[in-house]
Amino acid sequence: MNQFAVSKSATPPAASASRFGGRRPQPAIIRITHWCNVVFIVLMAGSGLQIFTAYPALGPRGAQYWWYPFQNIAPPQWLTIGGWLAGGRHWHFAIAWFFIANGLIYLTYFFASGEWRRRLFRPGRDMGNALRQFAYYTGIRRSPPSADFYNGLQRFAYTGVLLLGMVMVLSGLAIYKPVQFHPLTLIFGGYDGARVVHLAGLCMLAMFVVVHVILVLLHPRELLNMIGGGKRG
Amino acid sequence: MGKSISRRKFIAAAAAASIITGCESHPVVRFLGVMQRWNQKAEKIMFSPARLAPELPPSATTPEDAFPAYFISDSMPLPPPNWTLKVGGLVKRPMVLTLAQLEAMARTDMRVQHHCVEGWSAVALWRGVRLSEIARLVAVDPRVHFVEFRSFDSGYWSSWDLASALHPQTLLAYGFNGQPLQAAHGAPLRVYSAVKLGYKNVKYLTEVNFMPTRTGGYWENQGYEWFAGV
Repeated sequence: MNQFAVSKSATPPAASASRFGGRRPQPAIIRITHWCNVVFIVLMAGSGLQIFTAYPALGPRGAQYWWYPFQNIAPPQWLTIGGWLAGGRHWHFAIAWFFIANGLIYLTYFFASGEWRRRLFRPGRDMGNALRQFAYYTGIRRSPPSADFYNGLQRFAYTGVLLLGMVMVLSGLAIYKPVQFHPLTLIFGGYDGARVVHLAGLCMLAMFVVVHVILVLLHPRELLNMIGGGKRG
Repeated sequence: MGKSISRRKFIAAAAAASIITGCESHPVVRFLGVMQRWNQKAEKIMFSPARLAPELPPSATTPEDAFPAYFISDSMPLPPPNWTLKVGGLVKRPMVLTLAQLEAMARTDMRVQHHCVEGWSAVALWRGVRLSEIARLVAVDPRVHFVEFRSFDSGYWSSWDLASALHPQTLLAYGFNGQPLQAAHGAPLRVYSAVKLGYKNVKYLTEVNFMPTRTGGYWENQGYEWFAGV
């Protein structure tokens, strides 16, 4: 872009509408992988909690972690899927493949299509906007900052949950094969460390889902876009 | 009862029940069965006979009263008088071994992490003879691909892939934390391996059989996965 070019808006060129001209706000692949994830994440979380019920503690036998407040308290049974440990494992290890495949399809499209340009959190561009948006939601600011397509907080959240998904997969593999994938397990602080990360990640995912659903209900057009795709740009 | 609630409960119950009753026609149950077989193949690929579990320092040892002692009999199984180990199957030299004979063989000590399917871990020092050494002594037939372990704990048993059985960290163990193996942990002899989940490590051992075909196991026949490697 030469020095005489006039930019359409105050936002950086990479995020301007023209680059995505003709594309819906939520292209089909994004909508499909999103709704598949709703199913997969419910099944993974429920079956994961069924598995956790068998030893609802953090830390090894004889040296359980003192700081975990719910030591040896099983999660509510209505949150679990699978009926018993073997059933939970069957569901968890069956759906894991679909969850991972879904994630890889999304990631491939995310980068190959250029969608990352308007969705990926880039601190330089988005941090300030994200903080201002957060200040608006918590009542500190009276009006939201301007945003194109996604505001900085959305980019932060949606990039963050992508990374969280990867951490859940990797920590899960570390629990699954602590000898065969030992270097991976070591990264998470060993088998028991990986269990902590995996459970903590689930809690963070749950918090994300709660906030996400509330905000989507407050901005219903976003839900319609995620179903029908929205108007082409 | 509302149609949608009872349908969901039915699917969950059918999936659980099928594992017990073998009612396999329901599509959900067939899906889980397909994925289980797929995972078994994947686990076999993930397993490397050359990969060793890390050995841990004495400071990592779990306090003995914290290391769970599971058995399926109504009361703790005690070693029968004149206990011996029968090693057989498709082998050239089937053997009957006493504890003294096993203890006289090349000894291996290893302090490794235990992984129970329930999700807990523990650490102990195990002493025993490598199963690969026993396999060499009995001259296992090339057609053998599986090993069965039988016990005197109410018929508790399991079967493994041969590669995991011959792994250098798979022992027939008679020593636990520097002492002779106690009844709580499977005396007089048990399988102990660093590369399998706890339920595969048969306690109260009576027989080791080298087989050409795959069989099952106590927990495996109830729905727990057969390969169960870590």
